[in-house]
Amino acid sequence: MVGVAAEEGGGAVSPRTLVQLLAVFGSLSLLSIGGGNTVLPQMHLDAVQTYHWLNSRQFADVFAISQAAPGPSILIVTLVGYAAAGWVGALVATVAMLVPAGALVYFLARFWNASKEAPWRQAVEKGFAPLTVGLVLASGVIVAKSADHGYRAWALTAVATVIFTCTKTNPLVVVAVAGLIGWLGWV
Amino acid sequence: MSEGGAANPSLIELALTFNKIALASFGGGLSAWSREVVVVERRWMSEEEFLSALTICRILPGANQVNLAVFVGTKFHGVAGAIAATVGLTTVPVLVVLALGWFYFTYREVPAMQSVLKGMTAAAVAMTLAMAIKTGRKCLRGPVAILLFVAIFVLSALVRLPLFVALGICGPLALWWAWPRRKVVAP
Repeated sequence: MVGVAAEEGGGAVSPRTLVQLLAVFGSLSLLSIGGGNTVLPQMHLDAVQTYHWLNSRQFADVFAISQAAPGPSILIVTLVGYAAAGWVGALVATVAMLVPAGALVYFLARFWNASKEAPWRQAVEKGFAPLTVGLVLASGVIVAKSADHGYRAWALTAVATVIFTCTKTNPLVVVAVAGLIGWLGWV
Repeated sequence: MSEGGAANPSLIELALTFNKIALASFGGGLSAWSREVVVVERRWMSEEEFLSALTICRILPGANQVNLAVFVGTKFHGVAGAIAATVGLTTVPVLVVLALGWFYFTYREVPAMQSVLKGMTAAAVAMTLAMAIKTGRKCLRGPVAILLFVAIFVLSALVRLPLFVALGICGPLALWWAWPRRKVVAP
């Protein structure tokens, strides 16, 4: 039976499952170089094939749900943890995913802040800026492609881009209106 | 040169700010929202420092946006700041994801929100594109910067090289170009 813990809700959680969650997501955290989505194949392998916390269909659905919610896209781990061991599992999986990578960033940020005058930092600030602009543009294009952007969606994107670039309109308003337009079925 | 002008935000302020960023990002566009708030609204970082931090956060393991929260939090308050920013960024999204997930595992479907999301995604893509335009205007000064920008965009969005390979090609060039020198003798 798959997803048992989540369905029973609140039954006793086996400590072994929690340790497995810690091990799986703690290591995925450090492997997720280039962003959380790069480890999805490995996460699928661990959660579905190895530990049977949920089935493949549920994994896809849970992924869609985590993308729909606001905030960092990595929160699929919260739901995999929930499927494995209920609320406690959700918490353990989320923390296990956040802490190792976060600790690494912390040490790097300390080092960064301590090297204000270092030539390498000046080089990174000046040299990486154009690269980041390119990567940001690329991520917009890639998301649009993978979200199955039809011509109407592109038209909405184009209008919104002009609004964001040329006016001081609160972006939240634009996002809300776009959601409304989607709700009306016009996208 | 690289410092944003703002006063030191408190821990609460850090948490609330990142909570706001997370909640604004329905449909995506979290990087663009982070810039909007951290650089434009709060002036916690200069444009260049933010952009280079973003790329550093992309290279390191972990979700880019969590990494950025840790990075910004560390800059102001060390470990406590990193934790405050991360908690701010993730708490409400985790609760939203859990609510949706609980609904999904209990009723085996989530109320149709697909169409609303489609509209919001169109706006989120627009926000990302607008960020590329806005930051590009400031950072893409001179032929080398433009060349670097075009190169990484093509490699990443069109050739679809993994981030590491694309950065492995463009990163060293960018650093070499941006490394602070005394007088350079024209070739």
